[in-house]
Order: sequence, then C-alpha cells, then structure tokens
Amino acid sequence: MAHVAKLARLDLTPEELDLFTGQLASVLGHAADVAALQLGDVPPTAHPQPLANVLRPDEPRPGLDRDEVLAEAPEVDDHRFKVPRIVGEAP
Amino acid sequence: MSGTSPTPGALELAAEVRSGERSARQAVEEALERVALHDPQLHAFVTVTEESALEAADGIDRAVAQGGDPGPLAGVPIALKDNLCTRGVRTTCGSRILEHWHPPYDATVVTSLRAAGAVTIGKTNMDEFAMGSSTENSAFGPTANPWDPARVPGGSSGGSAASVASGMVPLALGSDTGGSIRQPASLCGVVGMKPTYGAVSRYGLVAFASSLDQIGPFARTVRDAAALYNVICGHDPCDSTSLPDAAAVDLAALDDGVEGRRIGVLTELVDEMAPDVAAQVRRAADVLDRAGASVVEISVPEVRYGLSAYYLIAPAEASSNLARYDGVRYGLRVDAPDVARMNAATRAAGFGPEVKRRIMLGTYALSAGYYDAYYGQAQRVRTVLIEAMGRAYGEVDALLGATSPTTAFTMGAKTDDPLSMYRSDVCTIPSNLTGAPAISVPVGSGEDGLPIGVQVLVPAYGEPLVFQVARVLEDAVLSTS
Repeated sequence: MAHVAKLARLDLTPEELDLFTGQLASVLGHAADVAALQLGDVPPTAHPQPLANVLRPDEPRPGLDRDEVLAEAPEVDDHRFKVPRIVGEAP
Repeated sequence: MSGTSPTPGALELAAEVRSGERSARQAVEEALERVALHDPQLHAFVTVTEESALEAADGIDRAVAQGGDPGPLAGVPIALKDNLCTRGVRTTCGSRILEHWHPPYDATVVTSLRAAGAVTIGKTNMDEFAMGSSTENSAFGPTANPWDPARVPGGSSGGSAASVASGMVPLALGSDTGGSIRQPASLCGVVGMKPTYGAVSRYGLVAFASSLDQIGPFARTVRDAAALYNVICGHDPCDSTSLPDAAAVDLAALDDGVEGRRIGVLTELVDEMAPDVAAQVRRAADVLDRAGASVVEISVPEVRYGLSAYYLIAPAEASSNLARYDGVRYGLRVDAPDVARMNAATRAAGFGPEVKRRIMLGTYALSAGYYDAYYGQAQRVRTVLIEAMGRAYGEVDALLGATSPTTAFTMGAKTDDPLSMYRSDVCTIPSNLTGAPAISVPVGSGEDGLPIGVQVLVPAYGEPLVFQVARVLEDAVLSTS
C-alpha cells in the first residue's frame, strides 16, 4: 500500500494506510465476482459511444486569458508557474 | 418547509417573465429570500451569487422591456453543482484543494443557461469531486435532506437535489457518474435525469470519471426537467466526446403516453430492494399497464456485475484525472523543499478520505501486475453489460426499476463502511456503464414517510421516450395525491 501511495503522490499517515488497506481489501473482495469471470474473447469497452478521431478545423481561436489563469497559481514568476526545486538536493 | 410560498414551476415562471407579468428581479429576489430562510438548516449551497444574479435578472428585465426574447428559461433561478466551472465564481468541487479556485472560463452548460435566460443564484454542495452517495463527503460539511434533516439527501449532487426539493429554486444542474443525479432525486422526492453520454457537453465539468460523467437536470416536474435538458443538450466542439446528433426533445410530445409501448420490469432492480421500494416499483408498473403499455417481467443477470465493474473503472479514471491537482497551476499548495514532496503534501492536505481511498483503489487497479485482472476485466464486463442491455432492448422499449435500494438513510449510517455506501449506487450504475439515459421520478413514500423514486431506463438517444414514460408516472401520482 505504501508503494501505491507513492505512485499516487499521496503522503498518507500510517493510520490512513492501515485503514485503506482493510477497506480496499473489502472492495476488491467484492470485485472477486467480476475478476473470476472467463471473458478472454470479450473486447474491452473504454468508452460508451463509438466516436473516434474527433477533430475540429485547425482555426485559431482565442485561448484563456493569461493573467486570469496565472492569478490562480500558487506561485508565479515573470508570467510562469513557479515550483520548488525539481532536481538535486534542496538547499 | 414553511414560511414562504414555494417557487412556481420553471416554465410557468419563464412565461410570466417573458410576458412582463412578473419581473426576473422579483423571481430572483424571492429565490434568494428562500435561500436565506432555508439554507442555514439545509446547507445546500456552498456559494450564493446574489449580486451577479440580481444583475443578470435586471438584464433580462431590460430585454423584456425592449421587446427582445430573453430565452425559454427567462428569469428562472437555477442552482449549479459546484463542479461546474463558473468564470470568476469559485468552484470548489466540495474539496479543500479547490476551496479558493476561481475558474478562468465558464462550462458550456453555464453559457447555454445564460443564453436561455436562466439566472444562476449559487453553487451547490456535493460529495468531494462527486465521490459519494450522501453529500457527507463535502469538505464544507454535509447537506440535510429537506424531508428530515437527520437524513442524507443522497449524493453526490445532494445540494442540487435539496435546493429543488425545498423549493428554493425550481431547477438545478447536477452531474451523474454512477447515479449522482438520480439517487439524490429519489431520496429528496424530485425529478432527476441522466442524459445519453455525450448528449450534454462536459466542457467545464470538473472531471471525475470521464467515460461515465454526464451533466443533467433536477426539477420538480418532468416537463421542467425536459425543458432544462433541451437548453443544455447539443453538440459542442469543445468536448471531443460530444455527440454530433444529440437532439432536444419535443415538449409538445411529452404527453403522448405509453400506449403500445413495451415496458420491462427489471427483476434485478426490484427484488433485491427494500420491500417498500419494491412495492412502489410494482405500483408504477401497474400504472403503466393501465395506461396501455405492455408490461412484462425481464431479467438481465449481468446487471449484478455493474457495481464491481464500476468501482474499478470509476476509481481508475479518477486516479488519472485527479493527478492534475499537484499544487502547480491552481488550487492548494503545501510548501515543501522539492516538487515531489510538495505534490504529495499538497494532495494529502487537500483531499478528503473518500477521494484518497478512490485514488488508492484506482492506482492499484491500474498498477503493473493488476491492470488486466482488475481494470481490463472491468472493461470487458462493461462490454458484457452493454450487450446484455442491448438484448433486453430487443424485447422492450424501456425498463423500470428502483432508483435507490432504500429511502434516505440517517447521517453517519454508512460513513464507516465504504462498501455499504457504494451499494447505494447499484440501481443507477448500469446506465452510466452503458452510456444510456435514465430518469428518476418521485412516485410515493416508504414506510418511514420519506420519498421514493422509480427509475425508467432506455437505450442511448431514448430521451423522448424516457420523458414520456416519466410523465405518465408523474400524472398518476398527481391524480392520487
């Protein structure tokens, strides 16, 4: 479960990990009915409507207002989103 | 509820505003008064947009005075679930992570509503990111059921359902991923409808499970629900899953009845329900039979797999969709020395327990070694269910079943047991997995005196029929009450 939390980028407390481990086991236990079905030849459905390659004409259109978008960001530097250090050790 | 007169119906109100008999301002002020009176007890609203609502109402009154056409929903106050983007008006999704987020754009449905003359008076409470069946998972506290404040209103669109059921507004929009419009509609005694997947644009609907999400109407009458559906449906180039040929329904044909229609009572959605719920479905079947439909019993055993398949597919899609809440471009950020720790700390602080649970479940179902056994298998089951429902619709035009296994439950009754909460969605999930429309219509009450809705299910594009069947059921209730 700690590995799954890491994949999901979630800092979970030991108590949360314990709780979710039990609860997820119960949900996955319920899903055993589905997991046990022999459905080898059945194609999967990812989407309920038969739409594919939906394209629109390549015409320029106004986008979102830059200042309005940046106003919602936690930290901005010179019209760019600013984040803490990505590579290497923090100072 | 008492103290103020209930809102007139939406179409009635729009007709009065269009004719100049009543001003939009009066309609909106009255709605705001009802909110001020009832919402402190119900907590259906997260945000009330009084100022912009009154401004919009004045704009409609000016249009009427100048002889313009303010639209089919002129002056009708409407409440929007708080996962529908409203430019400059905070849109929280019931989550701390979006508590102070002001979207830089409007959802397409919001634009459509404005063009139709409807006036948004606020944003309604919901289970965080629409994950829940009781509206208890909101970061801002639960919403009460207007029929009994100790009970839940259902969810996840509980605030929208309660806002209509209490008479605060005649119309509201919700979203339905596994039953989040229909189940609260049933528990609150109002009409709630999920359209065909793709009939209503999802542009500006904050994504939960993209292959299942669909926006739909709440109203007190079937006719009002159909009128609202007509305003929001139609193709939208901003949503690549929008159907090119989704059409409005003919309101003049709503009363065409069910004579000669074949209706199947769906065994799996009756027999396993609470006895008072099952009894109401049987009664509704009798109503349709007397109205000239040919009613038969029909079993689709594959429906039983819906719950398991849904609780793998929806969390899987959610775990992917919610990856965007990373503290970078909008929403909450919790500071940390590097990006990875900032992401994890932000998400830990911003998401509530149910959202974390589903992200964990979905991440697990998609992870290496389990993908095919869980997510892949659930997608194959989805195919099996679509084919089984297709066979059923070879024999009948529409299916009838319960909307919710029980009436509204007590607050706190299911919060410690996720699986028991998930079971609340067992009747509504099939239509999301198949992408088909379905409606819940209030038909009576249970042993506890609380409302019970029955559900009408039809194949994709079946909106005209689903509203017609619902009208017959509604008429029968009105004639006996």
